[in-house]
Amino acid sequence: MNFVRYICTLIAGAALALCSFIGIAVADTIKIGSFLAVTGPASFLGDPEKKTLELYVDKINEQGGINGKQVELTLYDTGLDAKEAVTFVKRLISEDQVDIIVGGTTTGETMAVLKEIEKAGIPFISLAGASVIIDPPKKWVFKTPHTDAMAVGMVYNDMKKEGISKIGLIAGAGGFDKSCMKNAQALAEGAGISIAIAETYGKGDNDMTPQLTKIKNAGVDATLFCGFGGPSSIVTKNYAQLGIEGPLYHTHGSCSKGFIKGAGDAANGVRLPCAALLVADQLPDDDPQKTIGMDYIKAYTDKYGSDVSTFGGHAYDALFIAVEALTKAGTTDKAKVRDAIEATENFIGVDGIFNMSESDHMGLSLDSFKMLEVENGNWKYLY
Amino acid sequence: MKGATVASRYGGVFVLAVIVAVLPWFLPNSFYFDVVINSGIAAIVCVGLNLLIGYAGQISLGHAGFFALGAYSSAILTDNLGWPPIVSLGSGLLVVALLAFAIARPILRLKGHYLAMATLGMGIIISIVLNQEVDLTGGPDGMPVSSFSLLGQEVDSELGWYWIVGGSLIITVWLALNLIDSAVGRALRAVHGSEVAAQVAGVDTTRYKILIFVVSAVLAAYAGSLFAHYTGFLTPSEGSFFRSIEFVTMVVLGGMASVFGSVIGAAILTALPQFLTVFHDYEHVMFGLVMMLTMIFMPKGLLPSLRNWINKRTS
Amino acid sequence: MSSELLQFLLSGITVGAIYALVGLGFSIIYNASHVINFAQGEFVMIGGMGTVFIASAGAPFPIAMIGAVLLAVVIGISLQKLAIERARHASVVTIIIITIGASIFLRGLAGVIWNRDFHSLPAFSGEQPIHVAGAVIVPQSLWILGVTVAVAVALFVFFNRTMIGKAMLGTAHNPFAAKLVGINTNNILILSFALAAALGAIGGILIAPMAPTHYQVGIMLGLKGFSAAIVGGLGSGPGAMVGGLLVGIAEALAAGYISSNYKDVVAFVIILLVLFFMPSGLFGSRASERV
Repeated sequence: MNFVRYICTLIAGAALALCSFIGIAVADTIKIGSFLAVTGPASFLGDPEKKTLELYVDKINEQGGINGKQVELTLYDTGLDAKEAVTFVKRLISEDQVDIIVGGTTTGETMAVLKEIEKAGIPFISLAGASVIIDPPKKWVFKTPHTDAMAVGMVYNDMKKEGISKIGLIAGAGGFDKSCMKNAQALAEGAGISIAIAETYGKGDNDMTPQLTKIKNAGVDATLFCGFGGPSSIVTKNYAQLGIEGPLYHTHGSCSKGFIKGAGDAANGVRLPCAALLVADQLPDDDPQKTIGMDYIKAYTDKYGSDVSTFGGHAYDALFIAVEALTKAGTTDKAKVRDAIEATENFIGVDGIFNMSESDHMGLSLDSFKMLEVENGNWKYLY
Repeated sequence: MKGATVASRYGGVFVLAVIVAVLPWFLPNSFYFDVVINSGIAAIVCVGLNLLIGYAGQISLGHAGFFALGAYSSAILTDNLGWPPIVSLGSGLLVVALLAFAIARPILRLKGHYLAMATLGMGIIISIVLNQEVDLTGGPDGMPVSSFSLLGQEVDSELGWYWIVGGSLIITVWLALNLIDSAVGRALRAVHGSEVAAQVAGVDTTRYKILIFVVSAVLAAYAGSLFAHYTGFLTPSEGSFFRSIEFVTMVVLGGMASVFGSVIGAAILTALPQFLTVFHDYEHVMFGLVMMLTMIFMPKGLLPSLRNWINKRTS
Repeated sequence: MSSELLQFLLSGITVGAIYALVGLGFSIIYNASHVINFAQGEFVMIGGMGTVFIASAGAPFPIAMIGAVLLAVVIGISLQKLAIERARHASVVTIIIITIGASIFLRGLAGVIWNRDFHSLPAFSGEQPIHVAGAVIVPQSLWILGVTVAVAVALFVFFNRTMIGKAMLGTAHNPFAAKLVGINTNNILILSFALAAALGAIGGILIAPMAPTHYQVGIMLGLKGFSAAIVGGLGSGPGAMVGGLLVGIAEALAAGYISSNYKDVVAFVIILLVLFFMPSGLFGSRASERV
């Protein structure tokens, strides 16, 4: 008997799901589609991205939408699975019939869906880091975050200023880590930096002292850490515990207050390039990014009560570049919206000032990064 | 009696073939095709895995490793070395067959949970290699795979892939049923019942277990190769521990020792996340709940439970 | 001994102790029910995340820790009563799938009810590293080792000196005979799940000051704990302890001396080699198959 009841519930549930699955097309809205790694190993990035998109789509609708039309956000969680990402993008394009796609938390997911995007011809703004996404430029594909190469370049510039030439590298096993490490190794020679030792740690590791002990014994001037999330704190703590000489550099993967909270006192002295967002309050008043950064911080913390990270900022910029393009195009015609995105000029976002062109589908320059140092448990704006 | 079960088995292949033949007319767009094609690919893995788990009674928590090896061999040989896709596919299957054969003997000496651990470890080792060898595999950011072509004919339409996967699935099911009805199948059932008893009765259990292990690994690799060319992009998550668990779950959910159960299990578990998106944040909570409830109320899996229920009603 | 080797060993033993605690949980549940509980890692997560969120609600840390352990125990007992017990006639693989479903369920719930950020606990007694022969150790490592040893001793006494502990061992050995002599095997099952949940949660609390906790922290720790229990020999307490230390030290030495890229591969190869030569793990009983 139990079994019958269970089957009935299952069928009823499936029928219910199917009804909302098919959905009823609401006339005359602008549909923005998104697929993000809200859960899974990259939830650290995907979660604030999702929160940012939901927060600002609501705000846009409160303020009357785009050109008088309401905005409808359709968002799917990929769990950092490229296969799911492809399926969801097909769903967004052919089932939900969205007008534009903003999403793709990681490089892997983004690269996996490009074939589909180009085939369908739909404007797509990615939130992932690697430069392969837009280099060479693809007709329908844009991105907002700075590339790993830019972060590494910024760090190397700072190292040279400090007279550092011999460094150690430590990175995790994720896509961001690997890409950052590859760039660090490729750019080293041109920057006059020699990498004495490169170490990695695995998924879910809780202690990196063995790797850092090797770096310590290699006698380096400084160490560069490529990674994000919990390991940022562990590496920083272990680094301090072992008493390794020389400064510890992080990349933009650690641009979140969670890193400082996790690492505690050990975070003091860490230098890293971040978007202006984190130090919006310390920027000079005439900096164009000051207001926008402060507003984003306020809106995000008011709604969610948690600290902002620059990862949500990528979603903010992507959303508003899309909104601006849709507004200017005055239509949801995909080719016109695409052209409008490519024509983005002097767009002031939290990541920097965007100037896109036919050959540059990201549009950020190196000066969009600010160099920060952690001091007394807070971000300090250096330059 | 035996004639009847054989008839119902091959009747099943016929029903499957009819479903595969008419389904495309009910699929409105590429999203539905995608879900169905992915279900078919998973079903090929699961039919093979079920031979191992359901019939030979040997668990494997590492079959995604074989799936990924098949996928990445196709990708690397086709794209990095410029081999024709069909040759890459064949070479990939050969590599996986040899690897499976080499590790089968020591691994299959283990029993139960120890075997689970060993296969799990094997899968994790494969997945770490795929992650670390960035120059070869693109690492965690993945690598593109060119489309499949045979005799100068390129397959790039969804319908084309649908027929390839659908046809492969029918053949796989047919082969599996034949294998089960053969002397090998009878020996396997003996192994599942009691290995010691089978050995005493003069059955060379090790040989059969190794054979099935290799067959299931090759089927997984074949499915992986199809997947690589179909999606055109590979990331190491295809070889992850989670994917292995997913395959086993499909087999158990559909029904162990039920070839058609595996097909149904694969289809349900592939489509389920698409339905569960209506629960938004609670998607995974619901997924876990469905898994638990199904296994609690239908411990033998969907198809065998359904069959029992129908038998009870009709008798 | 070189200071480098000492440093690697200290790291390996600290991490290995956590694996051992998780592995003990696997073994205790296996003994009572012959089930591998793949939701064991979630108890670790509940320990760490539970403490963080109970403390953030205003409770002092010691209370929050006890609260988190109790929470894990309640969830462990519910898992046994609501899921495992109802499926007691199902095959072992079916029950494994149920525990995997439970882990997805619990993880999903933690991600929604708590959140998906990383959280740290303050170290129990400061972060000032202690120097030993050129290597350093943090006070938290000493806490981890101390508590693990204390737990091991307590379990030893419990299983060998108390009536109920002996009853648990007896049930593991032969559930039917245990029933005949009047042991309530159902209660034994509940107790096993409660104990395993508590051990996992304690592990999760101990590690949280070293490595930030997260709603997904249980996946990898669960996997490593399972490896520890298997290498040591399923169902063996000392086996799980030795297995945990072995896995932890293998990882640290492989990272230090072989290749940090492939340290997890080295650890798993060692596990496979152990199993090839000792198919029932280091301390496992050689099971005889019933014909």
